[in-house]
Amino acid sequence: MARSHKPIVWGLFAAGGTVAAFFLPVLMLLSGLGITFGLLPGDFLAYENVYALLQHPLVRLITFGVLLLTVWHAAHRLRITMHDFGIRADTFVAVVFYSIAAASTVVLALALIRI
Amino acid sequence: MSRRPYIRPVSTTGWWLSEGLYFRYMMRELSSLFIGAFAITLIVGFYRLSQGGIEFEAFTAALLGPVGTVFAIITLVFALYHSYTWFQVTPKAMPIVLAGKRVPGFIIVAAHWVGFAVVTVVVWLLAVAR
Repeated sequence: MARSHKPIVWGLFAAGGTVAAFFLPVLMLLSGLGITFGLLPGDFLAYENVYALLQHPLVRLITFGVLLLTVWHAAHRLRITMHDFGIRADTFVAVVFYSIAAASTVVLALALIRI
Repeated sequence: MSRRPYIRPVSTTGWWLSEGLYFRYMMRELSSLFIGAFAITLIVGFYRLSQGGIEFEAFTAALLGPVGTVFAIITLVFALYHSYTWFQVTPKAMPIVLAGKRVPGFIIVAAHWVGFAVVTVVVWLLAVAR
């Protein structure tokens, strides 16, 4: 049988969709809206506080896993959605979105290593 | 005899505006645009954090400003719609059979919302109780 990269991107899409469904709303509250809604203190996102929070290995793991999978989920779904908008240049679209996802993954990894 | 079959004219870009079902489908697919933008925003935030305090404070100022807040609210609505649509298809994506009987779909969906609540509370406590 011919080998294809499809199962890999589809696996990332499904895993990312699941992780995003469970984790993103609470991450949105923690990264700004919680302060806007008055649920969190105004200095919650102060440099020292976020820096200290990211020293926790579990926080780093959740952050890395959720954001990595979410970016690949979004890239794959947007690729398919471009087809729904009548854009048929799938190879070009795939290269653009997967490149953005790959670049985001690298930046995220570098940032977390440096923090 | 003329053999020119009638082809109903359909817009290739705006077809999803014609019916509620198509529109909801497109909103579900477009949730990925906002979800992806949010993830990249957070990644930029971590990059800013790795650069230093001044860079990060500039980032959070924009995040908490009017544009950032409007973006965050729209993003939250799309994220919740993504959660809803994702959990809604789970009985079809992974039907569960217990003791020879199919578990009713609403129980599988409800179990996912319970999981959602647990994740929300645990992540919140992990972030707030430092």
